[in-house]
Formats: sequence, structure tokens, C-alpha cells
Amino acid sequence: MTTPAEYYQRNRDRHPPAYTPAYKTSVARSPRYSLISLQQSVSEITGPVFGHNDLGALDHDLIRNYAKDDDPIGERIIVHGRVLDENARAVPNTLVEIWQANSGGRYRHKKDTYLAPIDPNFGGCGRTITDEQGYYFFRTVKPGAYPWRNMVNNWRPAHIHFSIFGASFSQRLITQLYFEGDPLIPLCPIVQTIPDADAIDALTARLDMNATIPLDTIAYRFDIVLRGRRSTLFENRLEGN
Amino acid sequence: MQRLAYLKETPSQTAGPYVHIGLAPGAAGFDMYDQELGWDIAGPNAKGERIRVEGRVIDGTGSPVKDVLLEAWQANSEGRYAHPEGGGAVEDGFRGWGRVITDFATGEWGFDTIKPGLIPARVPLGAVRPAAEEEEVDAFSRGHQGLRAMAPHINLWIVARGINVGLNTRMYFSDEQEANATDPVINLIEWENRRKTLIAERTERDGSVVYRFDIRIQGEDETVFFDI
Repeated sequence: MTTPAEYYQRNRDRHPPAYTPAYKTSVARSPRYSLISLQQSVSEITGPVFGHNDLGALDHDLIRNYAKDDDPIGERIIVHGRVLDENARAVPNTLVEIWQANSGGRYRHKKDTYLAPIDPNFGGCGRTITDEQGYYFFRTVKPGAYPWRNMVNNWRPAHIHFSIFGASFSQRLITQLYFEGDPLIPLCPIVQTIPDADAIDALTARLDMNATIPLDTIAYRFDIVLRGRRSTLFENRLEGN
Repeated sequence: MQRLAYLKETPSQTAGPYVHIGLAPGAAGFDMYDQELGWDIAGPNAKGERIRVEGRVIDGTGSPVKDVLLEAWQANSEGRYAHPEGGGAVEDGFRGWGRVITDFATGEWGFDTIKPGLIPARVPLGAVRPAAEEEEVDAFSRGHQGLRAMAPHINLWIVARGINVGLNTRMYFSDEQEANATDPVINLIEWENRRKTLIAERTERDGSVVYRFDIRIQGEDETVFFDI
């Protein structure tokens, strides 16, 4: 077996550091020693593979996938985009999962006790698999902002959590989508764990009028970039270039 | 002027306290999907020794992290991953990937799987230099290359509220002393006294094999985490 082509080193300057005291929970949950950097082996360049058999027909439609007797309350939105790698190539057939609060800012979770009500027709999670061009879309309602215990008056901007796999365990990523124009973004200690303004901008979905369905549903565009992979230049075979 | 047209990776954000809604809604308290993913790691047809792995994730104050979610990624008993570049075919139904959540009251987690086999190590780009018989294996000085196999291990990825970027580590097996001694990744850890943080302890309970693996995010015996 030849050594597999590796993924580009993760640029840690673009990610939040582990220890971010303004986000208080990180203080006791951040390693103090440096991460040990590994050249990748087969353990890192492989990762789980998913197929459409793993999913149900409505999994990507949060307006319908938990509805009991009506649609959920809230602003109807489409969230769509492409999953690409750092080489700007599509990442096809990869699992994308999302979860979010309802339009009042309440999660359907037994640990969430915020006073905004549960929506009986809204579950708050969805999943899909990208197509051959790396494209994905979800239909949902826009989540509400909500308070959280950090400082006494912190509010999370409206956000949708994203979990993306890519083709290898080294591309695994969890992040959050924010909405263009939200005044809570610059005030949020979790958003501001990211030291790079350009990187925060990359988490800010854009209003996409061209994808909006007139008289029905407004659209936001959110492209996701996973780590790219080097080609096998300078090995015995010149492949994959 | 020349420009490099690479895109930049999307930054990570914490999975937050409600990660279960998205990735394990049953644990959040509601039935959502016909089929939640990651509950059966090995499948019914996997060969090899059936094992259970249990542990806790412990924070810098010594308290269990009760809202953590782990993902496991492992090879089968022949050292093959269920992936196009994973080394060959695996048993039908073997995915090698699992999702693990804690008991919200205690922070204890556990999963059932099979013990993975030896896994091919990186091969150097140049010729493999044969190791002299008396040579002490030291991947740190050999550039982490040129060894033949990695000891059996399970790759783990840990996310939770307060963890800004998911933490990667590996779990090795206490009964694989010989393989562990020459494992290139264990040997890459310069501080020999930290290597034990990656070794799960084998025990037996009611005739079943149980490995104990506590992960310490911070503090005394902080687990080794990797930038992969």
C-alpha cells in the first residue's frame, strides 16, 4: 500500500482557540497542552460513508418532518449551498446534518427550559446528502434568538448548527450558520471566539433573492468549505493531478 | 500577478449543549428519524472479538462532562476501514463508525463493537530503511515513518458545549503491549509519561470484555489530543 495523499494542514488561525475565557464554558473544557500533529495515515484519510438508504424522504424538510397537524410557526426559509473543499472542488455524497431552535428560540431538548414555548409541529433537526455537485438544501423556519447563561445578559444570534463529514475523518466539522444583518453577531461571545473577521463572515449566510420562492419561502445561501487534499505529485505515480 | 485560488476552510463552532437534537434526537427526548445513525458500529457480521468500551470525559475541575458527544471511527478485525481507500472489503454491515452519548446524570458513556486489527502505517515517500535488529524504535527521530503497522486503535472525536473545535484522540488497548511499543503514533509522543493516557484498560465483567477509557480534557493526566 502506498502512503495516501494527505489533507492540507488545518489552519488553526481561522478556527477559535480552545481556551476562550469570554465563552466561560471553554475554560475548563480546553486542553492546556499543545495538540500533537500527525502526518496522516489510513486512519485519518478515511471516514464513514453514508447513502440515501440511511435517510428518510422528509429528513431535509424541517417544516414537514415533525409536523403533527399544521406547519410550524415562523418565517419559512430555504437554506442551501454547496459543500466544497479548499481546492474549490465539490464534496459529493456527504452527510450534512442540522439542528436549531424553533422560531421562538426554544429547543426541543429536555435540558432546555427557556420560557418560549415548544412548537408542537417543529422538531428542529434535519439531514441530507450532497449531490454530485456538492449541493444541498433544507427547508425550515428561521430560528429565534435566545438568552443563555454566560454573562447574565448574553443572547445567541439566530443560528443553525451544521455537522458535515466530508470524505475523511480529518475533514469532520461542526459549525454554526448565522444570518446576514443580525445585530447580535458582533455581541456573541461564542461567535467572537473566532479571531478572524473574515472567518466569521464565512459563517454568515447571505439573503439569496434568486433562490427565494415568490409568495412562499425566503432563501439564504450558505456554502461550506472543508479541508482540501493534496494530489500525489512527487510520488512514484503522477496521478490525481 | 500570480494568485493562489485556494478556498479557506469554514471555521468551527462549538456543538453546544443541544447537540443531541441534531445528532441523537432520541437522547434529546423525541423520536425523529426512522433510523438514527451510528448506534451499531460493527454490525452483525463482523468477525473478531466483541468488546465494550466505557468511560467518562472529565473536565479541568475533575467533573464529568455530561453533555459530550463522541464519534468513534475504527477498522475491522483485519485492519480495514469501511471506505474506498480503507484497504479492502469489509464485512457486510460493518461501518466502523459510531456515535456515543453520555448518561446525562452521570456522564458515563459506553459502546459495543469489535476489537480492530493491526492497521497499515504510513509508508515513507522514499525507500523503506530496514530497521536494524537491535535498533530501538523511535518514530519521533525517524519522522513518524517507516514502520510496518499501527497497533489496534479506535479514533475518537469529541464535541460538546465549551469545546470550540472537536478534539481528536486515539484509544489503544492495554493487552496489545507489543504492538503499542512499536506504534508510530504512540512513539511520536515525546513525553513517555503521557502515552498511558491513550491506553484503555481491559477488564472482564460477566464474561464480557470491557475496556475502560477515561478522557481528561485538562488537568492532571490530560489526555493526548491530536491535530490530524
